[in-house]
Amino acid sequence: MALTQEEVRHVALLARIALTEEQVATLQTELNGVFDYIDQISKLDLADVEPMVHSIPLVNSMREDVPVPGLDRERALMNAPAREADAILIPRIIGPGADA
Amino acid sequence: MAVAANPQDLMFKPATEISRLVCAREVSAREVVDAAYAHADACDAQVHAYNQRSDALAYAAADELDKKLAAGDKPGDGLPDSALVGAPVAFKDNMNLQGTRTTCSSRILSNYESAYDCTAVRRLLDAGTLPLGKLNMDEFAFGSSTENSAFGPTHNPWDLARVPGGSSGGSAAAVAAGLAPITLGSDTGGSIRQPGACCGVVALKPTYGRVSRYGCVAFASSLDQIGPFARTVRDAALALQVISGKDRYDATSVEAPVPDYSQALGADLKGLRVAVATDFLELEGLDPEVKADVLDAAERLTRMGAEVGEATLPSTQYGLAAYYIVGPAEASGNLARFDGIRYGLRAQDATDVLDLYMRSRAEGFGPETIRRVMIGTYVLSAGYYDAYYARAQKARTVIKQDFDRVFADYDLILTPTAPTPAFKLGEKTTDPLSMYLSDVFTIPVNLAGNTALHLPTKLSAAGLPLGVQLIGNYFDEANVFRAASALEQDYQFPYQTVPVNVLGA
Amino acid sequence: MRKTLEEVMRTWEPVIGLEIHTEITATRTKMFCGCETAHGGEPNTRVCPVCLGMPGALPVPNEAAIEWTVLAGLATGCEIERVSQFHRKNYFYPDMPKNYQISQYDRPFCKEGQLTIEVGKEGIAQRLDRDQPGVVTPTEDGYETRIGITRIHLEEDTGKMVHVGGSEGRIAGATHSLVDYNRAGTPLMELVSEPDIRTPEEARRFVQKLRLIWLTLGISDGNLESGSMRVDANISLRPRGQAELGIRAEVKNMNSFKSLHDAVAYEIVRQAEILESGGAVAQETRHWDAGRKVTSSLRSKEEANDYRYFPEPDMVPFEFSDEFVASVVARLPELPDARKERFCADYGLPASDAAILSEDLELCAFYEEAAGALGAKLDTLAKPLANLIVNDLIGALNAAGQELSASKVTPAGAAALVMLADEGAISGKQAKEVFADMIETGADPAEIIESRGLKQVSDTGELAAVIDAICEANPDKVEQYRSGKTGLRGFFVGQVMRETHGQANPQVVNELLGEKLDG
Repeated sequence: MALTQEEVRHVALLARIALTEEQVATLQTELNGVFDYIDQISKLDLADVEPMVHSIPLVNSMREDVPVPGLDRERALMNAPAREADAILIPRIIGPGADA
Repeated sequence: MAVAANPQDLMFKPATEISRLVCAREVSAREVVDAAYAHADACDAQVHAYNQRSDALAYAAADELDKKLAAGDKPGDGLPDSALVGAPVAFKDNMNLQGTRTTCSSRILSNYESAYDCTAVRRLLDAGTLPLGKLNMDEFAFGSSTENSAFGPTHNPWDLARVPGGSSGGSAAAVAAGLAPITLGSDTGGSIRQPGACCGVVALKPTYGRVSRYGCVAFASSLDQIGPFARTVRDAALALQVISGKDRYDATSVEAPVPDYSQALGADLKGLRVAVATDFLELEGLDPEVKADVLDAAERLTRMGAEVGEATLPSTQYGLAAYYIVGPAEASGNLARFDGIRYGLRAQDATDVLDLYMRSRAEGFGPETIRRVMIGTYVLSAGYYDAYYARAQKARTVIKQDFDRVFADYDLILTPTAPTPAFKLGEKTTDPLSMYLSDVFTIPVNLAGNTALHLPTKLSAAGLPLGVQLIGNYFDEANVFRAASALEQDYQFPYQTVPVNVLGA
Repeated sequence: MRKTLEEVMRTWEPVIGLEIHTEITATRTKMFCGCETAHGGEPNTRVCPVCLGMPGALPVPNEAAIEWTVLAGLATGCEIERVSQFHRKNYFYPDMPKNYQISQYDRPFCKEGQLTIEVGKEGIAQRLDRDQPGVVTPTEDGYETRIGITRIHLEEDTGKMVHVGGSEGRIAGATHSLVDYNRAGTPLMELVSEPDIRTPEEARRFVQKLRLIWLTLGISDGNLESGSMRVDANISLRPRGQAELGIRAEVKNMNSFKSLHDAVAYEIVRQAEILESGGAVAQETRHWDAGRKVTSSLRSKEEANDYRYFPEPDMVPFEFSDEFVASVVARLPELPDARKERFCADYGLPASDAAILSEDLELCAFYEEAAGALGAKLDTLAKPLANLIVNDLIGALNAAGQELSASKVTPAGAAALVMLADEGAISGKQAKEVFADMIETGADPAEIIESRGLKQVSDTGELAAVIDAICEANPDKVEQYRSGKTGLRGFFVGQVMRETHGQANPQVVNELLGEKLDG
């Protein structure tokens, strides 16, 4: 199975990464190389095999409903690229091209 | 108070020895930090293990310790009850420590200030160690050579033209170069053990759940584990002792009691059952010296009283494929938070939020990060989940079953750690797949979740470190240390002959 | 120009499923971290590395939130899954710090429940097929029907955004936005109904019933306006008689029960008009604008959703033992349906009164407390007490636009009034007067009767004397009455009442008048 450039662009949009056309072409080649290798996993006989999410047999790992002090606001926001009125400032969500 | 004759004399001592000297007040903690930075001044321009030194934190901790020692405090009496009090340490740059940046060697986090502490880091520092700084790595731990760092590669202290391995290349190189006796790294598919092999240092990946992952920037949550680098098995065991145990901030850390690992050191090998993984030795591209070294280690173990046999792990041949599904899939989710909204690099003059996301991530992520996020996004996307992610999860089950089968008859499995000694910088950067193959022997352990240690043995004909991987059963780090400690005594790896040692002289 | 709901319902059958998000306000802390849950507050002051999605932070699930969700499942007839887990739902949005939401996918905590809803006379007309056999169950003044519940799962809430620079804080037209993460990570329970709902009124009743259950459990404040309960409706139409489903649109942003009803009604008519003009309904998300009373599509450049769910690797699975489930069952309080049945059975109330009382927790508590004060008279007075509360009290509160909690009438006062009327101390008419005073002042009814001199005269000797005097003063009227003009009886009663300032017991007066005039 080979990825098309259109699929590469679609995946990049899902992943929110802007790619140049040159990157699209390079990634298409590289990813197809990787997937050629990964596809060998289809050779494994995995009928009746349970999927493993965790390697250790641990269940019901929870915490009690007890408050723990959080971060003060300055510490919480110290890495914010832009702030206004103690909130994080971001550009508009709906761009000029969108139809509302 | 005696001052070390030259910095590297002190810095090549084990952490336990430095701690003894500090606690005996033969050298002050401040002098230890001075020596550590003086040695770094002399050789780190060539090695580039550090991303950032934490001078203020190191000296503050040192002065505090010196004050307490002057007042008569001793370990266990006013000071932490640890054989590491006063030992300098450093951390892979994916571990949060307040007062430092945590960059993951990525442009997107190049100015990110830690707002809280990583549990393992905190525990090591609470044992009285001195934090020297943060160490270079492949961006977000994606790589096997540390060439994927946004801040330039780390060089192998044994041969500056070669890679230190990765992704914890800075952590391994720092220990090999004598910049610190103990460092912490993280291992998702071999990122502790493979650089341990390249740089010739003891490098342990603990059992999944043994060490809290809280505060270590996640690559693949079900595979990641923090572990120590050191030049002695004892130092590695003591570091693990300190950082292990349940953490209420990590739901995947386990309650299992942490044994006293030092009990395993120097114990004889009578009755220890070791399997040589023969199919690992048949891999195409396995360096003959690496193969011979594994067989030599098997002989030595036999000579020292271990019962050595042979076993195969046939399903592990699919490990790399499963890993390049599970790892990127989890990473694609874990890295979604790096979006330019709350922290990190934000693209300028974005027209809207989507534009901000797309460009911040494109500008902030390096090529390998983009590759991994793309692979992970693709394998999880509609229509492909069953073919990839679900199959990879099942492959993990059969790989675990392989290990379980062998561990029914054996205590340890002996294998190579990496297929070759350290390769040259630039040698594999244009071929992602050949780079990925560097981890073919280490990845199955992450997928199954058990523990493994890289032990340096000797130097190759070309003067590069060789060594072996000792794979242990779940939570059986003690037997791994037991065998490693015996082999360590037998081999006497020449740590101090590392060429960069002379740079500081 | 627009068709009416009734018109389009004749041709089209709406198929409606609801997704209801409820913030669990009963826990002290957030879903995956120890930050306190609360509404409002200075922006970004109830946050920590976990709920801000800082690099390296990890989620640890809140045991209490999971128990509440299991309790919610038990209260809605769900199966409690013995093995469950969290998944990651991946999509980018600025109010979601990790750009994935920790949610549940194919292994939720609760599955396959149901709820019975009652539709009264105001909503009955919307259900055109109500008389067909086996469709719904008729009741006194309406019908009952069962709505299936697909699942209840637990997830984390997002932060909040303020949109600046546009009109009225709307997202469209804004120049930028401000993000506050105080709410991020609040436990959020999502209930998904089966598409069993057929009318706007049923949708409203379902959410009302669910809210009542949540309030009874104490799981949430269930406030639609503040957003602690949020309802999304999936609506499609199909020609009556057709089994195959039509294309559905999802409607969001209904902040009240009225909005929910009106938005669903609007959307049904909108879709019918599209279909009748030969068009196709777009599968999309639409927002209800309560001001303009329309739904509208909010398209953005975003691609179609691909949430890429996968098991949350930062957490391990949950395995619920029988003991655990039993311990949660033990926490179940009396639920609204059971309470209603008890009101009918124990108090002999008509279903309609029982329904009204049991559908409002405060009213219900008020009634039960008042009933308790009736003592030995409970059997005979439970019903008149219900009358007083359902008719007079609710009427007065509604007229004053008041909440019960703000009312001055106490349960003990209401019980005392009912008992005084029963003892014949005051007439029914007087009781109304006294009650009006109680609403006004909150005073004890006995005191009101005393201070206003409202005591009813039932003494036969006293009343006989009054009647004698009236007959003496009106011999002509007595004559006319006795010769057959019995309509004059009212005149005599009126005279007695005037003489006694309305305090005469009408029953005694009638008896005595009979003896005097007819005897």
